[in-house]
Amino acid sequence: MSKGTLYDKVWDSHKVTTLPSGLDQLFVGLHLVHEVTTPQAFAGLKEKGLKVAFTNRTFATMDHIIPTDTKERPFSDPQAETMATALETNVKAFGVPFFGPDSGKQGIVHVIGPELGLTQPGMTIACGDSHTSTHGAFGALAFGIGTTEVRNVLASQTLALSRLKVRRILVNGRLSPGVTAKDVILKIIAVLGVKGGIGFAYEFAGDVFDAMTMEGRLTVCNMSIEGGARIGYVNPDQTTYDYLKGKEYSPEDEAWETAVAHWNTVRSNLDAIYDDEIEIDGATIEPMVTWGINPGQGVGISETLPDPATLPAGDARTAQEAYDFMKLSPGQAIQGIPINVGFIGSCTNSRISDLREAADILKGRKVKEGIQLLVVPGSQQVKKQAESEGLDTIFTEAGAEWREAGCSMCLAMNTDKLGDNQVCASSSNRNFIGRQGNPTGRTLLMSPAMVAAAAINGVIADSRTMS
Amino acid sequence: MTTTLQRKLIKGTAVPIRGNEIDTDRIIPARFLKETTFDSMGEYLFIDARFSPDKTPKDHPLNESRFEGASIMIVGNNFGCGSSREHAPQAILRAGFNALIGESFGEIFAGNCKSVGVPAVQATKTDIESLTMTVEKTPNAEVQLNLETMQVVVTHADRGVLLTVSITMPEERRQTFLEGTWDELTLLVSNMDLIKTTAAKLPYITGYE
Ligand code: SF4
Repeated sequence: MSKGTLYDKVWDSHKVTTLPSGLDQLFVGLHLVHEVTTPQAFAGLKEKGLKVAFTNRTFATMDHIIPTDTKERPFSDPQAETMATALETNVKAFGVPFFGPDSGKQGIVHVIGPELGLTQPGMTIACGDSHTSTHGAFGALAFGIGTTEVRNVLASQTLALSRLKVRRILVNGRLSPGVTAKDVILKIIAVLGVKGGIGFAYEFAGDVFDAMTMEGRLTVCNMSIEGGARIGYVNPDQTTYDYLKGKEYSPEDEAWETAVAHWNTVRSNLDAIYDDEIEIDGATIEPMVTWGINPGQGVGISETLPDPATLPAGDARTAQEAYDFMKLSPGQAIQGIPINVGFIGSCTNSRISDLREAADILKGRKVKEGIQLLVVPGSQQVKKQAESEGLDTIFTEAGAEWREAGCSMCLAMNTDKLGDNQVCASSSNRNFIGRQGNPTGRTLLMSPAMVAAAAINGVIADSRTMS
Repeated sequence: MTTTLQRKLIKGTAVPIRGNEIDTDRIIPARFLKETTFDSMGEYLFIDARFSPDKTPKDHPLNESRFEGASIMIVGNNFGCGSSREHAPQAILRAGFNALIGESFGEIFAGNCKSVGVPAVQATKTDIESLTMTVEKTPNAEVQLNLETMQVVVTHADRGVLLTVSITMPEERRQTFLEGTWDELTLLVSNMDLIKTTAAKLPYITGYE
């Protein structure tokens, strides 16, 4: 069993009691709420006549169903309008702070938590969304929960959980130029597999994460869940504190000093014990692209697609299923695969650094004729920042569509959907069958720079040759 | 005392769903998450895997009449990975399934199964294969899933016991099914004093004073 890790320390300080079943009752320090996974939870509270226990630790926004072409109400989709109204009614009735479309702070829940300074080291963070692992970038224990659990957190600010094991993933050495955080996490998932993390929390450590920006760490922790790990985190350090300083909900003045001193104590001890440890050489990672139907089916940009016969039996079957669905073949080069749509956005890659990375490639170039490129900022604040830097002009001059903040084509609960048989180069996190709103739509995951390169060339290309 | 919430012995016929890494988007596509209640979720279970856009049925075990009325699902590894949507186990429950036997499950999905009172138990790869083959050959066999003995027994009315396999599940989770306490709301809320004490010791709750 792990000992002295950040995971152990934060778990212990948030443990309320052990329940008769043996599960731990854990206090949730920050509860983030969005429109899709909560109407039934609020209904459950009403049914039992319960209140939201800690309204000051609960924050809501709207992201999944919100249209990105216009924010005009009522939304053109009546179901979306009903869902939006349900959230607005619930946050009002229960007194939950809400960053709605008119607040200037609305956005994807995993983008606004960090940018508002709500996400802080040493916290436990829950949200009815599997990518809550994102917030682990700050050294928090952050994890996704289901709707019944959302109800439980609303009513009690706690959850009944069992402890996970802790695996340290060391990525040492230096990334080569043009290799991004997205490539690092896609590589980790390709190595450990999509179920490798079941039962584990991932601690990302080593030179590469030490040198990584907060936005890069957010991208990595975001996709922990794609590797099967419900939680992923990076120990907090000066990079974390520099990012948090001056944010709206960050502590100020004397409280800031106390906070930093506290945050330093939650880091994993140097002699911490892990349940497992693996190491990857950062220098060997190149831009990654997925070719299959789960995020572990990825290869480096110089590679060819694997032969199912060389894979373990279970993986071979999934690989065959992937080839059939994707209409690709073993041995084929990943470079040169044609695409129809590019999507830059999602809680993985819709922050300002992601947009700058894409703009660097798109500047002075044109999206290939017949290709649609969607650029969707993660939040209204990211949008504003991008516009102040003139990135929106770069995108629109290149022939891309510059949209309003939201989840958009990451899961296509609004009108942004793939058409029949379309292939999408996407900076999002899931390439599951049907994920982007069409049962025959196909998704290749990659970094924002790689999506930009694919959109310009009309085929998968190496972004490093274009910067 | 026995309550209706206890889950000790679950019996019924089973349907095997072959394949690994079946994610929650496939169990229930996102477009059905726009409904604000879970009431109709059962109708959407595996909908795109079962039907073409023009509603023609595809080759899928849930479309086969021999598996009609099945209440136990046999699945592969990492079943329910991906999105945290509780709509997935809700769809499974509302389509008439009371238990899942699989090689492994997505972490959040397994927790959600507990939340809705559907035990998701694990068996080895070999045992899943044997269960799948037995049930495919004898779809009307009765599958008994016993959470007290942690065994699955497959029997046929005329031919007796066809197969017995061992199952596992995290012990704490098993206890909640045996006790009937898998819906923890009342229990959690009843500890409010302790919750407040814990919160008061956390530096960020007290404003880092
Ligand atoms: S951007 Fe995609 S993965 Fe992230 S919260 Fe939205 S729908 Fe989920």
